[in-house]
Amino acid sequence: MVLLTRKIEFSAAHFYHNPEFSPEENRRVFGKCNNPHGHGHNYTLEVTVAGEPDPGTGMVLDLKELKEILEREVMQRMDHRHLNYEVPELAGQIPTCENIARVIWNLLEPKIHQGKLHRVRLYESPDLYADCYRNGSRPL
Amino acid sequence: MKDATRIELGRRYRFAASHRLHSSQFSEEENSRVYGKCSNPFGHGHNYVVEVSLSGEVDPATGMIANLADLDSFVEHQIIEPFDHRYLNEEVAAFHETVPTTENLCIEIFRRLQSFPKAKLERVRIQETANNSFEYAGDNQLEPEGNRP
Repeated sequence: MVLLTRKIEFSAAHFYHNPEFSPEENRRVFGKCNNPHGHGHNYTLEVTVAGEPDPGTGMVLDLKELKEILEREVMQRMDHRHLNYEVPELAGQIPTCENIARVIWNLLEPKIHQGKLHRVRLYESPDLYADCYRNGSRPL
Repeated sequence: MKDATRIELGRRYRFAASHRLHSSQFSEEENSRVYGKCSNPFGHGHNYVVEVSLSGEVDPATGMIANLADLDSFVEHQIIEPFDHRYLNEEVAAFHETVPTTENLCIEIFRRLQSFPKAKLERVRIQETANNSFEYAGDNQLEPEGNRP
């Protein structure tokens, strides 16, 4: 089994606001992330695929294909977008690292046919990231 | 869909501290053979980077496993305040008898952070330098379960 990781970067705006909270609660829970004008990050996404290298090509999957999937599913949806308004998959969710990582997992997982998606790691900054894994049960 | 995935939150913290690797069980010759220049009696220091991994349910109301402000103040109180700009051997009680290798530092930091009330501590990873890092997960799996191919 070999793990292969590809990294991409995108920039996007967001803010945190729960319409069911009072303005005071929103400020208390979300702090300066509640600023309604929004703010932005340079996100770094690491996508890891697990599989056996194909004996014919030596590849777990074709990196060019993975690059195209990431371009289509992530870059076109999220790069230079406002995550609260422009990404339908995030509608009704607070666009935290945790939620964005899960949305990206759900977008990529059905598109990867060689190997299996193993981990999605999304950095909001070098010191903060969320990991999304398949919630598999322990092998016996 | 909720059960199909598992989310972990990772957060990095930094502190600078000095230490000396020296065991009272060893003779001076043994200490310098085992620990080399890390046994220099005056000590030396590192810029430590501590990576903390938490797991838990993502609260739909906040989108978060744990509020970062809560985590930051807990780590500040448990780790940064007692460790930053300190001499670990003398100023942290856990290292009066135990050699403050980064292995033991991982175990001590894991122990201190395990009581974080808002999420489950999964792992602590410490970079002692850009080239050396150590991980400890207590009774947890070092690799998340869902991560096993």
